[in-house]
Amino acid sequence: MQIEKFHYDNKIVKYFAFATAAWGIVGMLAGLWVAIQFYYPAISLNYPGTTFGRLRPIHTNAVIFAFVGNSMFMGIYYSLQRLCKSRMFNDKLSWVHFWGWQSIIVLAALTLFFGYTTGKEYSELEWPIDILITLIWVVFGINMFGTIFKRRESHLYVAIWFYIATWITVAMLHIVNSFELPFSFLKSYSWYAGVQDALVQWWYGHNAVAFFLTTPILGLMYYFLPKAANRPVYSYRLSIIHFWALIFIYIWAGPHHLLYTALPDWAQSLGVVFSIMLIAPSWGGMLNGLFTLRGAWDKVREDPVLKFFVVAITCYGMATFEGPLLSLKSVNAIAHYTDWIVGHVHIGGMGWNGFMAFGILYWLFPRMWNTTLYSKKLATNHFWLGTIGIVIYAVPLYWAGFAQAGMWKQFTEEGQLKFQFLETVTSIIPLYITRSIGGTIYIIGALMMVYNLYKTAKQGTFIPNEAAEAAPLVKNTSHAGEYWHRWIERKPATLLVLSLIVVVIGGVLELVPTFLIKSNVPTIASVKPYTPLELQGRDIYVREGCYTCHSQMIRPFRDEVARYGEYSKAGEFVYDHPFQWGSKRTGPDLARIGGKYPDSWHYNHMMEPSLMSPGSIMPRYGWLLDDNIDTALTAAKIRAMQTLGVPYPAGYDKIANKELMSQANSIRINLKIDKIQTPANKEIIALIAYLQRLGKDIKAEKKTEPAVSQ
Amino acid sequence: MSVIILLLIASITVASLFLGFYIWSVKSGQYDDEQSPPFRILFEDSPPVKPNHTSAEINKKINAS
Repeated sequence: MQIEKFHYDNKIVKYFAFATAAWGIVGMLAGLWVAIQFYYPAISLNYPGTTFGRLRPIHTNAVIFAFVGNSMFMGIYYSLQRLCKSRMFNDKLSWVHFWGWQSIIVLAALTLFFGYTTGKEYSELEWPIDILITLIWVVFGINMFGTIFKRRESHLYVAIWFYIATWITVAMLHIVNSFELPFSFLKSYSWYAGVQDALVQWWYGHNAVAFFLTTPILGLMYYFLPKAANRPVYSYRLSIIHFWALIFIYIWAGPHHLLYTALPDWAQSLGVVFSIMLIAPSWGGMLNGLFTLRGAWDKVREDPVLKFFVVAITCYGMATFEGPLLSLKSVNAIAHYTDWIVGHVHIGGMGWNGFMAFGILYWLFPRMWNTTLYSKKLATNHFWLGTIGIVIYAVPLYWAGFAQAGMWKQFTEEGQLKFQFLETVTSIIPLYITRSIGGTIYIIGALMMVYNLYKTAKQGTFIPNEAAEAAPLVKNTSHAGEYWHRWIERKPATLLVLSLIVVVIGGVLELVPTFLIKSNVPTIASVKPYTPLELQGRDIYVREGCYTCHSQMIRPFRDEVARYGEYSKAGEFVYDHPFQWGSKRTGPDLARIGGKYPDSWHYNHMMEPSLMSPGSIMPRYGWLLDDNIDTALTAAKIRAMQTLGVPYPAGYDKIANKELMSQANSIRINLKIDKIQTPANKEIIALIAYLQRLGKDIKAEKKTEPAVSQ
Repeated sequence: MSVIILLLIASITVASLFLGFYIWSVKSGQYDDEQSPPFRILFEDSPPVKPNHTSAEINKKINAS
């Protein structure tokens, strides 16, 4: 057998590693900036791009797609080559992948800063960037599968299975959740509306956690932990079993983000059941990782890399126990919309994702630069700072979550709500301050890492191409001379599966248009489409990211009905492209805010929230008072909505602006009565129109006709 | 809620793909050997070429580290 000589590409790994560290710092600093805004809102500098609503998506996109994304590629490009005993399939593709991904990140930062957002969490990037993401993901896939096909090791190590599952599922999730109809160069409307949009969004959103934040990193764990500990995986069989179980069960967990909302009960229950089942395969991974260190715990004492991995895997176990518990309806009733969820997210994000990335960086740099780590002591200090940072981050948020939910739900003996919403916010400010201290400590640790890695690289010599040798694969001839019956037994199963896939793809292509543009028969007759002015206002609401602090979904609880009004019905959201139910109540729910306050209240409140609500932490939105509504886009927006099945009359786009100005004028007059002078074409007028519409339609129904539900 | 049909089709398509991969992996012998892969990754493939390892050598290497 001729041994083939080849080289592993370390240069691409180096670049992904630099990107990981750099974007990690950027993303964490963005996180700190938003964290401080909870108790010192003026730090947004009153600039539109840095208010919480726009900066929060910048933070989430940076840490998820820029930090974890690059860390995933760094780890995959290093481990896949060595597991396949082959250089990456195509060097050019590697670089297209790298630069393409960084371009996506830069475009993301710019567009989100300027308010070009879809209004859907973790999927905020608008349609041109969605297309670019698809292209780069395909490039990555060709490079990855190409490497697997030309491998010199026939066995696909378990890490590779995780990488394959990641690639396929992320492709599916991204494409399905990104069905959107553009109406301008940078803006679009979600194909889905209301309840449907909510379901697709959280089918996507939870699986983004599963297949972007979990499966690829589990794959990395299965490579880097054994390598760092020089120990074989505890149970290879367990790794295979929990892999298949994990990827099958995870897909169904999405509805746990929508418990007690207007999503149908059976869908909620499905999500709950699968979320509970998910404990088993998740903990399979955790136990497998931790038990791999059996007999090697003395190494953990000496090696910072192993310290990071141990805490990472433990946090993974904690988060995947907490997650299923949070999916129980009774627990969710308390936790949803509170900071408990944010605490949960960051145990996973800072603990699992962050610490895995740090550990891999500390392990890779000395190897790729053919030297030792510059300072093991510094790395160990980073470990302790990071761990303490995570605790000081999460514990206050658990406390805040319980406190706030408890206060929301408390009644006096006379049966009145005991606390105003604003009181529940101001009472947890000290916890917000503590949380940001935890985050700061975590960042300091990360900065120590950057310094340490820089000094490591400086003292070493980089190996851009690492020499390797291996024998090529022998073609599998084991089926030669087999009994013919076995041949037929083999083929039909594969053939059946392939045909099923082909048929289903065909079905999808046929059915998709009909389901997405389904003529929405309103389940509530009195619910009507938004007027042009209200639609413009809604788009401003989406642009400013209001949904990141305000929910629009009243749950059927006594305290919520008492505080906000009738609980939200599915039929109220049929024209909402995208849905804006929100995930967090930093501010009160707005589902039935329509008609609660006069127009002038909203005007003053948006200009200076603490005027109307003393002690409010909401940012100022002064530019809405100065900027004009972009009426040039009104007609295009109406036409887009018509394509999506919203029943505006034919030709309505031509008179839409006239209607808009007429409604705007009546609001201007209302404001004038209350001593506020403003031209009618300002954005604040549109936003007021939208806010005053929220939740009103079914109140009208009670007066005119009996409820029509289907 | 009819969007659930789309989600089911997408999910079942991918699940079928995974099922296909699973059937392929079992039939092509990916799981016939569950003992050596965890050890195999611990060895570097840098030249010079190492001789074939006996299990005694493998045990020695593991216990020494």
